[in-house]
Amino acid sequence: MLVPTLALVAALFVGALVIIFTDPETLRAWASFTANPGRALSLSWDAASEAYIALFRGSFGSRYALSETLVNTTPLLLAGLSVGLAFRAGLFNIGGEGQILAGFIGSVMVGFSFDSLPAIIHVPFALLTGAVFGAAWGFIPGFLKAKTGAHEVISTIMLNFIMLNVVLWVLKTEFFLRIGRNDPISKSVNESAELPKIAGEGLRVHLGIMVALAVAWLMWWILFRTTIGFRFRSVGANPKAAAYAGMSVAGTYIFAMMMAGALTGLAGATQMLGIKKFLSPGFSGFGFDAIALALLGKSHPGGIVLASILFGALRAGALTMQASTSTPIDIIVVIQALIIAFVAAPTLVRAIFRVKLRRSERETEGVLAKTWGS
Amino acid sequence: MSSHSATVTTSRISPARARGFGIFFIFLAVAMAVLFGMGSGPDSATFGLNGPDQFADLPTVEIPAAGTAYFLAVVAAFLGGMQLARGFGHRIYLVLGVVVFLFIFAFLVWATEDNSLNLYGMLQSTLLRAIPLTLGAISGVLCEKSGVVNIAIEGMMLFSAFMGVIIGSASGNLWIGLIGGALAGGVLSSVLAVLSIRYRVDQIIAGTVLNIFALGITSYLTARVLVEYQNLNNPGTFRQFSIPIVSKIPLIGPLLFRNNILIFLTFVLVGAVWFGLNKTRWGLRVRAVGEHPKAADTVGINVQRVRYRNVIMGGVVAGLAGAYLTLGSVGRFDENMTAGKGFIALAAMLFGRYNPVGAFGAALVFGFAESLQNKLAILNVGISSELLAMAPYLATLLVVAGVVGRTRVPAADGVPYVKE
Repeated sequence: MLVPTLALVAALFVGALVIIFTDPETLRAWASFTANPGRALSLSWDAASEAYIALFRGSFGSRYALSETLVNTTPLLLAGLSVGLAFRAGLFNIGGEGQILAGFIGSVMVGFSFDSLPAIIHVPFALLTGAVFGAAWGFIPGFLKAKTGAHEVISTIMLNFIMLNVVLWVLKTEFFLRIGRNDPISKSVNESAELPKIAGEGLRVHLGIMVALAVAWLMWWILFRTTIGFRFRSVGANPKAAAYAGMSVAGTYIFAMMMAGALTGLAGATQMLGIKKFLSPGFSGFGFDAIALALLGKSHPGGIVLASILFGALRAGALTMQASTSTPIDIIVVIQALIIAFVAAPTLVRAIFRVKLRRSERETEGVLAKTWGS
Repeated sequence: MSSHSATVTTSRISPARARGFGIFFIFLAVAMAVLFGMGSGPDSATFGLNGPDQFADLPTVEIPAAGTAYFLAVVAAFLGGMQLARGFGHRIYLVLGVVVFLFIFAFLVWATEDNSLNLYGMLQSTLLRAIPLTLGAISGVLCEKSGVVNIAIEGMMLFSAFMGVIIGSASGNLWIGLIGGALAGGVLSSVLAVLSIRYRVDQIIAGTVLNIFALGITSYLTARVLVEYQNLNNPGTFRQFSIPIVSKIPLIGPLLFRNNILIFLTFVLVGAVWFGLNKTRWGLRVRAVGEHPKAADTVGINVQRVRYRNVIMGGVVAGLAGAYLTLGSVGRFDENMTAGKGFIALAAMLFGRYNPVGAFGAALVFGFAESLQNKLAILNVGISSELLAMAPYLATLLVVAGVVGRTRVPAADGVPYVKE
């Protein structure tokens, strides 16, 4: 916990500096720093603290804020679990965005196609289709890596952009296109396929968060209590040793990428059935955040749960922050980038805070480093 | 040195792979004959070939659609047969380029049947779209040849596009904006260098950090600063100028010799980086560090210094790519305006097999696919633009999977070097 916490503190601090030094009034105060140093400092404090207080209010300050935090946590958690699972098997899944879109397509398709199914069947069917579509999209980089050695980072990046165009393409077909519309917007999910709200009609939080938490527990159980999980971790830690022990490295890569794809597809499906309700062009952004929070959570399901609540809170609170302090929402993207940088470079955090790290935390340095070829 | 690298290249193409190339060529030939030959009616395709201000105008070319497709199919099949029978050895990639070109040309003739197309306009838009991709790919080549993976080309381009605009507008001088943009790329890449060389952070993670950071900070500052101070987003663009005499040669004159400074600079960089990497002592050292850092260290090359220098140079070149997008092209910054161009540049680098000239060729192919998207809508051919937009990514997927010509990665690419 030490490194992630320190990383968070350092990232929030640098984020505060960015807020301070882009605020026109504060900048002017700094320009006349020698004349009135107190004013510059107090204005700086105000600018940063007001932004962060608004951020906190928007994420935990009310029932509505809490609901919004959980709404954002749901897809982030599932996508983060996907990246974390792949990490455990030694794979870097940057394909989250594409797999989420695959999940969108699968779930919206089932969602609008059937209108007489009872919700108890329709919802799981749509969720499952989303997961299957995600798994199919995850299969490709896994298969390419296992059979040809193509590096999954390159292939998943390419698959993201391919899927972006697939979405544009399906949105031109009659099957998807909303009746009477020419712009790329799909039909809406039927009511029977919507994920039920769990805190009353006024709040958007939906059953997806329960699904996501259950999946997090399931992933912990698979990773640490089953032979499949042991195989994942062995291949991730040392593929050569795993092969020597008789495990199929290629098979593990394929299976792990499929599971990771299924998780991200499920993330897309919960978002589609709980919030979005229809398909439109463009990336969701959750897939990129997922990389950050999987790193922050050290690829452990428990850590990922905490990290995704934090990121969900950042996303939810940023809207309030933008509305009440005119600090643009994009500051949270900067903060997220800084968090990954500090988590990935424990030496850097150590240098900043002058603390000694435990051996286990030191050893995570450079473990992931590998070449394109292998 | 060249003979050495040639033998390496030849020995790399296994008989199975060589056969694969031959079969692939014949496959393309059949596809050309079936799709474009049988798919064409009796009409001709008309091509305009003239740019502005030439010595003399070329006549409009009218070619029969079906006949051309069959002819080109035969040529491609012949090349495939030659490859199967005799083999082209290490020149196979050149032949591959020719066959791909024939295929694209046959496609164009088929698409233009009973219609006319200004080929000059098409080629020009291809070139303009290829410029940022080429620069981005050269940035990648410089980094990865020395053993540092750079997936942050996108972020560097975005950041320097932004800084170029701000600095150019604030100073009122495009040249200062260009230098500022290039330096901004250098600054971002030195962060990549420090993270991956000094702190040995996984280079893919470090690159991801930079991509996210660049997107976040530029979007933040756009909303915070550029929306309010519009005049900071108005640097103007570099004017194009002609090189005397040669710019008046029909077709290629206006195409190649009437451009803005950044485009000429790209031409120079393609040649210079190729020459530098393959023919100079500096290049030999870079490649040694990228292939076998320990050996390089043993003979007295400072591995870390070579890597720092290359990564920062790569960032400067990516900075030029970003500056081109704003100062060399549209003259203003928009949120996330790179929109994946940095990743296509990465693809062009892989497609071009870590060779600046190859990357330029790949960038031209990708640029052509992009400009074709717009043309197809006009020509009203039954191919969706999304399919074409996917083409660069699909092609890259095929290349990294080794379906068409495996790319050999520098052996120590992505591996931090620890001196013992």
